[in-house]
Formats: sequence, C-alpha cells, structure tokens
Amino acid sequence: MIEHTPIRDPVALAPGLVRGIGASDRTPRWTPGLALDCPHAELFAPARDASGAGMALALARDALRQQQAAAAPDQRPFLWVQDKAALRLSGRPYLPGLPADLRHRLIHVAAATPEDALFALEEGLRCRDLAFVIGELAGNPRALDFTASRRLSLAAEKHGLPLWLVRLDARRDLGAARMRWEVAPAPSPRPRWNGHAPGKPSWRADLFRAHTFHPGQWTLRDDDALLVAEPALPESRTPDHGDLVHGSGDRSLATG
Amino acid sequence: MAIWCTDLAIDRWRLAEGLARGEGIDAAPLALIEDTAHGPRIAAANAAALAAGTAPSMRLTDARTLCPALAVRPADAAGDLAFLENLALWAQRWGPWSALDPPDGLLVDTSGVAHLFGGERALIGDVLGLLDKRGLVARAALAPTAGAAWALARYGPVAAIQPAEADPRTFLADLPVAALRLDADVILLLRRLGLKRLGQIEGLTRENLARRFRNHRSAAANPLLRLDQILGLRPEPLLPVVGVPAPMVQRRLMEPIRHRTLLDQVVEDLATDMARLLEGLGQGARRLELGMWKVDGEVVVRRLEMAVASRDPAHICRLFAARLDDLDAGFGIELVRLRASWAEPLQLSQADLDAAAERHGTSLAACIDRLTVRLGPEAVRRPVAHGSHLPERAQRWQPPLDDLPSSQEELHFHHRPMKLLDKPESVAVIYETPDGLPRQFQWRGQLHKVARAEGPERVAPEWWRERSTVRLRDYYRIEDEAGRRYWIYRHGMIGDGRGGAPEWFIQGLFA
Repeated sequence: MIEHTPIRDPVALAPGLVRGIGASDRTPRWTPGLALDCPHAELFAPARDASGAGMALALARDALRQQQAAAAPDQRPFLWVQDKAALRLSGRPYLPGLPADLRHRLIHVAAATPEDALFALEEGLRCRDLAFVIGELAGNPRALDFTASRRLSLAAEKHGLPLWLVRLDARRDLGAARMRWEVAPAPSPRPRWNGHAPGKPSWRADLFRAHTFHPGQWTLRDDDALLVAEPALPESRTPDHGDLVHGSGDRSLATG
Repeated sequence: MAIWCTDLAIDRWRLAEGLARGEGIDAAPLALIEDTAHGPRIAAANAAALAAGTAPSMRLTDARTLCPALAVRPADAAGDLAFLENLALWAQRWGPWSALDPPDGLLVDTSGVAHLFGGERALIGDVLGLLDKRGLVARAALAPTAGAAWALARYGPVAAIQPAEADPRTFLADLPVAALRLDADVILLLRRLGLKRLGQIEGLTRENLARRFRNHRSAAANPLLRLDQILGLRPEPLLPVVGVPAPMVQRRLMEPIRHRTLLDQVVEDLATDMARLLEGLGQGARRLELGMWKVDGEVVVRRLEMAVASRDPAHICRLFAARLDDLDAGFGIELVRLRASWAEPLQLSQADLDAAAERHGTSLAACIDRLTVRLGPEAVRRPVAHGSHLPERAQRWQPPLDDLPSSQEELHFHHRPMKLLDKPESVAVIYETPDGLPRQFQWRGQLHKVARAEGPERVAPEWWRERSTVRLRDYYRIEDEAGRRYWIYRHGMIGDGRGGAPEWFIQGLFA
C-alpha cells in the first residue's frame, strides 16, 4: 500500500517570499511599520556607542506598535540578555533613559559567558509571557556558530517571539538570521529649541541581507510616536556590494 | 498562665550532658559563659557555683577570684531560644495558644480550660509536675491578665493563683516594681524616687509619674502603661507560637544508589509525592531542600528557590537536575528526603500538560526559575526607580517577579542616556576653562571631536550621606562628528577647594 503523503511545495515554504519571473522587481522594499515575517534579526554595531541596542529597541517598538493597533495595550515584559564583555564595553540598560512604555517591563540578564547568554536567549524565546527578546553579544564567540544561530532562529520561529540580536564589534560571520543589519550612529536632526544640542537618536542602517526584502540603506530616526526612515544621506559612501547578492533573480535570498 | 524556667540554660546543658541535678560535673561549680567586648562574662551558673559566690552577668575573671575551681562551658543563646520555642508548642497541652517570653519564660492562654484539669490548683500542679519530670526547674502562676501572671510567677509565692474576684490593686500591691517588666534604667529611676511596691504607684504619685513619663511611648519604659496592662485596663496583644510542619516526603532505599539515572528516578518520585502532598494542603513550594543521606554518614543538602509558588513535578525535577550535576555519591545514597521549607498558598488549577507547554511555551515564572538556577539569582533582575538625583543611584535592581516599590514619577525634562557604564571611565578632554563646553576628548584610545553639546546639568553631591569633600558634577550631552552621542561629566570645578584640576569621565551612552 502506498501512502500518499502530501508533497509540500518548496516554493510555498516561506511566507512573503516572491519567486518566478520578475521576482526581483516584485520583492518589496523594507519600510518601517511593515509586518516582518522573520522573528530573528541580527544587528552588527560598533561597541563604542549604544546605536545597536538603540536601534534594536526602536525596531522592536515598531513591531509592537503594529500588534497593538489591534489588541489591547501590551504589558508583557521583555528580556534583555548581555554577556560579560558586552556589559563591560557598552554598559548596562539605564531605567530613566529607556522609552517610557518599555521602562517598567525590562528583565535584564547578565550572563557571564556567551554560552550562558545563548542559553538565556533560548529560554527567553520559549517563554510565552514575553513580548520580545534582545541579546547583546560582543565579538565573534566560538559558542555562537551557525548551529547555535540556527537553534535561536528555529526557537524564535516556533514560538513566534521576535529576537533582536546585537553583535558588538563583530565580523559578519555565518548566521541564520533572516534579516541582517549593519548599524552606525548618524548625526541627529537639530532640535527645535536648541540648535547646538544633540537631537533625536538617528542611525545609519544598512540592511545587507534579508529574506523577503531588497537590501538597502536608510537613515532611521526614532520619533517617540513612530520610526522614521529616510533614504541614506547622499554623502554617505556608495554601498559596497562585495558580499551582497544583488539582483537575486529567481533565487531565494535565504539560500544564497 | 505564666511559666518561668528559672535555670533554663543550665537545665538545658545538663539535659544535653545526660546528668541528673547535682550529679557528675554538675556537682562542682560550673558556669556557662558568653563572649563580650570586655572579655568572657557569665551567662548562667549552676547551684554549686551560685553557692560559691558567682552570679550571672559577672565577668569570668571576677568569678574566678571568688571560686578558682569554676569550670566553664560556652553558652548557646540561639539554642536556648529554639528550645523555648519547642517548649512553647509543647505547652499548648494546657491551652489553645502560647506565646514566647524570651529569654526564659512562656505565656499560655488558659482561659476557661482549668476545669478540664480539675480546677486551677490541679492545673498548676500538673504544669509543675510535668516540667519537673522533664528536668526543668520552673515557677508558674495563674492570673486574669498576662502581666499579672508574669509578675506572680517571678515575684509572687510558689504556684500563686490570682482569683478572678479579688481586687488586683490590693492583691498585687506588695509586689516589687521590678514585677512591672520594665527596663533596668526605669526600675533604677523608680527606686531613686522611693517607689518600691506596686501599691505606691497610685493616687498622687500616679499623676506625677504620668507627667514624668509622658514622652515614653514604649510599654517597657513607662511604668503606668505596664500597671494598666497588669490591671487589665489596657490591652496587651501577644504573638502566639504556631507550629507549622514543613511538608516533607522521603524515600528509604533498599540498596544504596550510586548512579545518576537512579537518583533522577528517585527525585522524580519524590517530586510527585510532594506535589500530591502540597495539592492536598492547597499550597505550592517556594523553597525546596533535597537532603541525601549517604552510607558513610554524610548528608548532602541541595536547596532550590523558586520565583513563584509551584508544585509542578516536571519543573521541580528539571531545576534539581541542574543542581545535582556535581554530586559525589561516595559509597551510595540510602535515604533521600525532599522538604518544602517555605510554602505559599496556591490554588488548584488545570494541570499544565507537557504537550501544551511544548506548543505554547513556558510561563514567565518557569522561565525565570530556569535562568536563575543556571546563572544565579544575581544575574536575572529588573531595574526599579530609586529616589536619588545621582544618576547611578537612581536605579536599583530587584528580583524580576517582586512587586514594584511605589515611586514618584521622574522629571520629564531630564535627558538620560539609554545605557550607563558600570564604572565611569576617565577621558581626556579639551574644554574651555574654567567651565565651558568640551571641544574634543579621547576615550579608549580614539579621538572624538565634539560637534554639538548641551550643558552643563549640575548634579551636586548628596551631602546628607557623603563626605564634605565629594565634588560636584557638571553633565554634558554631546554628539561627536560621526553622530555618536555620549553623556560625560566634569568632576569638580577649578578652585572649589576639593582637590586639584577637575577630571572628566564618561558615564553614559545615548541611543
């Protein structure tokens, strides 16, 4: 007797993925406020400033805003995991400086080693009572290889919990994240009342690898109400396409 | 009813040694000593030592001059208190509840129970007889109020009973003022005033005393409050001792086990038993102690604390599994005991089935327990606001599931950085002296040119808790040419008389 197991269409595996002739043109461009089908994102950021954590928080808030539009106000806590090196390089979260709607919801985990941090991230992703998980790891620890990255990705996708992994001063190594950003601070817009003072936080964001979006560069700015994206400043350097898949054609970006 | 064990410490030591009164070492002078800042002091002395002239609270060296043959043993105040607690529970055979009266007394509520023992006289006889059988020297008294019973037990006749119909003012008038349970300095003051008996604190004396003690709110410092308590004019709440047996399950093993898989099985069985036991009590465990008795007589105890009350066997097993990794079974474990030393009420609820946990994820409490067991309780915390204007003191850390302390809303016009360095790092800054804006600075070996700056925001030291030489801080929010935003401060000012040239530190990173 032959069992007829339904053959899954490999093309229909990932939602949001566009294939076929002219797929490159039909692949959407990322904008803030767009629903992301990838719970696991990696942000490569320098350790000398808080741009990585700041942008991770801004993206997480942006994702939360879409969910909140339908449901009641979200009061679930979120987990922020740091390993020891990240803690020493870029400091600890500071309650009065966090966004007001996230301030009282923070649960902070100070892990001694990258292994402990990965364990904490995975346990956090399995928890149903959390809103999202932020991880901060310094450098390229041996523990965070492709297998560990894939484990995190699978756990995030299984439980539907977003994971924003900030990599401080890290090389772009192998990873299973569906979106990979390069983050750097950008000069802030001049505030209205004191032109000599620093203004709203802004970042130069470079989406260099994404599963369902075109790569691109933006200058992101976190106004309290929403995330604003402007096209990258003209004077910024021309994007280096060395390790990018440009014009993906028929091929999935995830497989390349 | 008040019970006073006159020689509790000595009696306890004697019972621990297994001696009858006046036998063996107890026949010779012996004292229990405690260490104080001025050398050893006598806490209690036996009958032979008292006869030789030593007295409690005497220095050991003084006592040795009086009685050179004095033997000493260390006193154990904590052990005495624990013994007294057990005695208080045992004393509930005479009444529904009992209270401790440290260091060596008990109060038992015997209202309306005397007829069960055949009258008050028989009740007191029963008390004295049973205490004597336990080897304790004791005095007891019955009175309508706790204060009066206390006074009669210590200063009244043996086995005194204050009849309900007697006027307490006349019945207790002859007792000394020390029977009022006062502090030593108040008793000394009363003696200097010439007041020696309770009967004397009445009439004109009472009005004058009320004026003298009008600022003394505590009962132990105010003789009039104590007198009213004795007479029953003022309530005196007592804290009863309640015995709470900790839920406990154990397994004696026919063969000593040496392997981890077998031990895991035993722990799983115990967790299931414990869950059933706690479910019957309507409680969940907060702290669990797993004791393992080895064949060679050693005991290994592993403790576990949970963020919220739980009785889920799978959760308990999983948490203990992490704790048992470094266990050395030696020649084998023959008895395993699980005890919930801290339990909280937990309502019955739908069992969290494994499949459901797999599909929906774990609960927050379970997640925090797992993190805490592996990383330690100090690693998983949440920040809470604290009332201080110094930035590093403005937040504190507490366990994640504890209640938030009440706090005021913080000021909105202050810009604070998203991240704070654990320790401010020293930076070399070029700035407009004496107190102008910073122009450029060097941090971690890299030069930053300041493009925009705002400041200073002056933060003065907290003079009420710091020394007078602590310098103020002037904070600046700055942004360098690459757009990196920092929070730096100048520590002190030129010419503030609190040290040399001011130094600069970087404390925070803005998003």
